[in-house]
Amino acid sequence: MRRFRLTLRQRDNLYGYIFILPFVIGFTLFVLAPVIQSIILSVTEVTITATGFDTTYIGFENYYFALRVHTDFLRQLVEVMGIMLLNVFWIIVFSFFAALLLNQRFPGRLVFRIIFFLPVVMASGIILQLEIQDYMMAIIGEQVVENYAIIDPQVMAAFLMRMQMPEQLMEYISMAVDGIATIVNSSGIQILIFLAGLQSISPSLYEASQVEGATGWENFWMITLPMVSPLILTNIIYTIIDFFISTSNSLIQLIRDTTSQGAGFGVSAAMSWIYFGAICLVLVIVYLIFNRLVFYHD
Amino acid sequence: MAKATAYISYGKLIVNGKSVLNFRRIGSVIGAVLRYLILIGISYVILYPLIVKLSSSVMTRSDIWDPSVLIIPKYPSLNNYKLAFRFMEYPLAFWNSFKLAFSVSSLQLISCTLVGYGFARYRFFGNGFWFSLVIFSLVIPPELILIPLYLNFRFFDFFGILPDGGFNLLGSAWPFILPAITASGFRNGLYIYIMRQIFRGAPKELEEAAYVDGAGPFRTFFRVVLPGSIHGLVVVFLFSFVWMWNDYSLTSFYWPKGKLLPIMLSSLTRNVLGDQYLHAPVEGSLVNNAGSFLIILPLLLLYAFLQRYFVESIERTGLVG
Repeated sequence: MRRFRLTLRQRDNLYGYIFILPFVIGFTLFVLAPVIQSIILSVTEVTITATGFDTTYIGFENYYFALRVHTDFLRQLVEVMGIMLLNVFWIIVFSFFAALLLNQRFPGRLVFRIIFFLPVVMASGIILQLEIQDYMMAIIGEQVVENYAIIDPQVMAAFLMRMQMPEQLMEYISMAVDGIATIVNSSGIQILIFLAGLQSISPSLYEASQVEGATGWENFWMITLPMVSPLILTNIIYTIIDFFISTSNSLIQLIRDTTSQGAGFGVSAAMSWIYFGAICLVLVIVYLIFNRLVFYHD
Repeated sequence: MAKATAYISYGKLIVNGKSVLNFRRIGSVIGAVLRYLILIGISYVILYPLIVKLSSSVMTRSDIWDPSVLIIPKYPSLNNYKLAFRFMEYPLAFWNSFKLAFSVSSLQLISCTLVGYGFARYRFFGNGFWFSLVIFSLVIPPELILIPLYLNFRFFDFFGILPDGGFNLLGSAWPFILPAITASGFRNGLYIYIMRQIFRGAPKELEEAAYVDGAGPFRTFFRVVLPGSIHGLVVVFLFSFVWMWNDYSLTSFYWPKGKLLPIMLSSLTRNVLGDQYLHAPVEGSLVNNAGSFLIILPLLLLYAFLQRYFVESIERTGLVG
């Protein structure tokens, strides 16, 4: 019996879809269906009954409620955007710097790499949540800072004030100092991605530039930075997403509280859609700005 | 009398023909010292909360108010651990959490690896379209689909196939297992992305050789491709296991009465201190720290065991292609 033979194109189509079949099913059932339902929920009022749930169409009232009536939502949305920009900037700078350090050869590199990726394991879920809520640790932490910090934040603030720095810049700096632990703890994966990128730069590029007499400084700007620039974009986008969907984010908490505290499923669905729209807007703007600056090797 | 000469050449200060100072060497020594200072400083920031947590978990009330006690308590006791262990029903909760995290992360690993391989190796029609949906599933806030999913799992009728009502899948492992099998659980888009990049970066020649020898696509995948990408698999498994193990936001939503470690920890202070828990922040915090440590400890052991793969995977696979 002759075997049924496929062309290369047919083979690729067949096996491609067999391999991604789980995702096709899962996406339809557990992402697409809920997304459509959530659109429906956002324009309806939901009432739970004994055998299921009933919905009544009320138009854009939920959106109106979220944006104009709800006292906190809009303010929190703007605030979260601001915090996001600040965090993303510092996380990218820090993780790039850390990856550069961890990429060099020196004794003890393995130990430091293990420590730097530790937050990936520790800073998630319930542990992170308790950390945020733990008032006593915050008090102890402050005492330790007061007694042992090399730079007292208050002294530094006074110093900067005397230098006649604009108040906003000062606020920015002191916020950054306060947030060092947050930045370091949410940079694990970004460091990993940058490190992988640095490893993949061909050593022959550096050898060639050394022959031409380039300094390390020039190498950094002319080789390292352009070669990892696609990853800077990847990391920026990853960090934005990670920040937006993390449960420690105050807006996510607000949406969740809205669900449980009476205002109902419809309003929180509308809030989620507004939030999602804002995320998409940020991602598109960031992509358009940075994609022009990125250097693609091939 | 010969004239004294001093000049700088190739980064060296040369006096009377003898090299006195080597600026490059000095520079590299200063650089190394600075590097260690920075690395140690950052490590301190990362390790400090862990150390505080560990030390305060063995403290007693009097140690907290003693200003001379910072890290090492004067009256160490394991009482906090005893309380946490008992009220979290640790052995039971540990076993339940382990079962859930292990099965979910294994299933996610299998499904995401298959899907990632399909995207990396087959130029099928609609590859780009479906991959953009992977990114879409990663970007949507979980809150957006959590409520419809909750309702679906509450009245699970296979999406309309079963007659009225359907099953209530809440309060069981099914709301975690079903998305895990189909590569659409929490952050699964990220795992698919990682696996796709790893397979794209891997050399094609081995697979082609296997095809020439007459192996089919699945045989090739399981016998040739998977063993070559073990490092990437470990990374994805570790991420997925850790996130499921620590997860409170989904478990508290789908399975709030489950005897799982994060849920037991979240109500630990209330259970230990009764109605007093709001008025006794110190005792609550001490017990909480002991409880957190009981949760982190297995992860630290797992990480210590797998870190070799984790750190090496960067060099081997080049996560990014």
